Amino acid sequence: MIEANTPVLRLVRTFWPLVVLSVGLLIIVVIIDLSGDIILAQTLIEGLVRVVIVAALYLFIGNSGIISFGHIGFMMIGAYATAWQTCCPYTRDMFMPGLPTYLLNNTHHFIPAILLAGLLAAVVALITGYAIMRLSGIAASIGTFALMMVFYSVYLRWSTWTSGASSVIGLPTTTTVWVGYVYAVIAITAAFLYSRSRWGLALRSSRDDEVAARAAGVNVFGQRLLAFVVSAFFCGMAGGLFGHFLGMLTVDSFHLKMTFITLSMLVLGGMQSLTGAVVGVVVLTVVIDVLRRLETGVGDFSIPTSSAEVFVGVVIILILIFRQSGITGNAEVYWPFKPDISAAAAMKRQS
Amino acid sequence: MDWPYIFQTAISALSFGSFYALGALGIGLLFSVLRLINFAHGDFITIGGYALIVPSSAVVATLSIGGFHPALLAICIIVLVTVVALLSYFVVFQHVQNSSPATMMIVSFALGYVLQNVIVMIYEGRPKAVNLFPELTGPIQIADGVSVPLLQLVIIAVTWLLLIALVLFFRRTAAGVQMRAAAEDFRMARMLGVRGKRLIALAFILSGSLAGIMSLLFVTQKGVLMYNMGLSIMLFFFIATVIGGMGSLIGAVVGGYAVGIASVVLSAVLPEDVRPFRDACVFLIVIIILLWRPQGLVLTKAARERV
Repeated sequence: MIEANTPVLRLVRTFWPLVVLSVGLLIIVVIIDLSGDIILAQTLIEGLVRVVIVAALYLFIGNSGIISFGHIGFMMIGAYATAWQTCCPYTRDMFMPGLPTYLLNNTHHFIPAILLAGLLAAVVALITGYAIMRLSGIAASIGTFALMMVFYSVYLRWSTWTSGASSVIGLPTTTTVWVGYVYAVIAITAAFLYSRSRWGLALRSSRDDEVAARAAGVNVFGQRLLAFVVSAFFCGMAGGLFGHFLGMLTVDSFHLKMTFITLSMLVLGGMQSLTGAVVGVVVLTVVIDVLRRLETGVGDFSIPTSSAEVFVGVVIILILIFRQSGITGNAEVYWPFKPDISAAAAMKRQS
Repeated sequence: MDWPYIFQTAISALSFGSFYALGALGIGLLFSVLRLINFAHGDFITIGGYALIVPSSAVVATLSIGGFHPALLAICIIVLVTVVALLSYFVVFQHVQNSSPATMMIVSFALGYVLQNVIVMIYEGRPKAVNLFPELTGPIQIADGVSVPLLQLVIIAVTWLLLIALVLFFRRTAAGVQMRAAAEDFRMARMLGVRGKRLIALAFILSGSLAGIMSLLFVTQKGVLMYNMGLSIMLFFFIATVIGGMGSLIGAVVGGYAVGIASVVLSAVLPEDVRPFRDACVFLIVIIILLWRPQGLVLTKAARERV
């Protein structure tokens, strides 16, 4: 049996879900990186970007209990904000002629660009959330949905800054497997630390019983707004990663389909657990990839087009009918050793 | 401005409004008894459209049901869409009816996603031209120099007939009264002997037959089938339902007309530079209305959330 009285081990135990998730992702990344399969690596990068999005979704949805349909809008804001700073220095004025001169003539490094993009998304979330976070329940969900539609239709028509219905091409493909992994771990860590913080606790209390939380002195509006802004920040960063993974951006990719896929991942894994968020991304990414390969045909065998989409939809319906708490049952990864070591140690000291 | 132009705009606004009102009613009916925002409603309309043609990947579609005698055609489509709606209740929504409204919203999203992609699977994703009721699509002369599309008048007339029928149903029949009771307080209505499951099934039948009628009107007007055509109009129905106050049927009709008239008037009135942002304006109005009156413009007694 492992003795848990050393400070290091106690630390590991506190951060156990975080450790398991990071190491688990690391193993996947290393295996695929060593295999040298380029197509597999593409799937992996996309999956890692989705880990960032879904972890951010968990940060807000899991802790507040409000299902947000609006976060893909923040992702879009972040994606275009990075493109304004890093995309295609020679053709930028062709795609986005309306940009201010500073942005037209200067190219930022990827890291500050992505941080600024996240910041812009967070500021937009602060302004819009200041209104929408006053709502509760289904009205709040509808509000975030309307918000996503506003962002989408504005960016679609704002063609001097976003190229509108056509696409911006020529972003440097900076998001490699390892860049994706680092950002995924940062996002998971942030979501984990937030949900363990007193703010996360306060927000979860309002999720479980809003009236009681208010009565106990929780500023429900303020806590929701905080989570909304933080998760929008990470969604904005994910947007930047996504743009630099594809090398191009279209407004249409940040609409209902992306909203549905990312929400499905969260629902599948278990809405109220970070482990669930990551597990959902991994499982659904693998399943979609396998089905896509079968659609194009393996040997003589192939399945009809869009089977992957039908399958995802059916799985989500089944999950919501039979197991609303998702694969993980809304629980985090357990500490696999002696159940409660600190308590046991305390008992030993007493006797 | 000359009056024929104003008259034509008014008819156009009314017909858009009528169409949105029908859609909002289809959603409002389900929301009132089940707290379900049915995002698959638009896809029921799409299914009605695709049922007209033979499955194939050709661009110009061959008609199947669409080749029947008009009356038979209408009945077939309406029955088919109603059956699809009813099946969606027994297969899917029945099992999640005790979940939170937001969960049900995701379920309906997923169902719509499945339906759309099943259509892509069978018919392929390209748009298809369909010429349904060509005699309705031409303009009709009403007075000197004033002509309006006949179809717009048909839409308005059909909507008002349906509205009168629905009012009679809700006022005069036992099932209608029970449904109003259930909309006000579902649990209480059940305790007083209303059969909940049967009532919800009835709501799905009404909502489905509205969707069937709408798919006939919509396909006649568009002349083109797209696998995602239902989703785009669904967004407007959804806005109309929210503006009118979810769960209130009068509100749904009012909201539908408000959205239809507003979108026609806004495109006529807005300055040239702002016009592309019309949709954004409409959704902003939705957010503002949500903040101002979270229960919608028309209040129902059941809408107030209790502790």
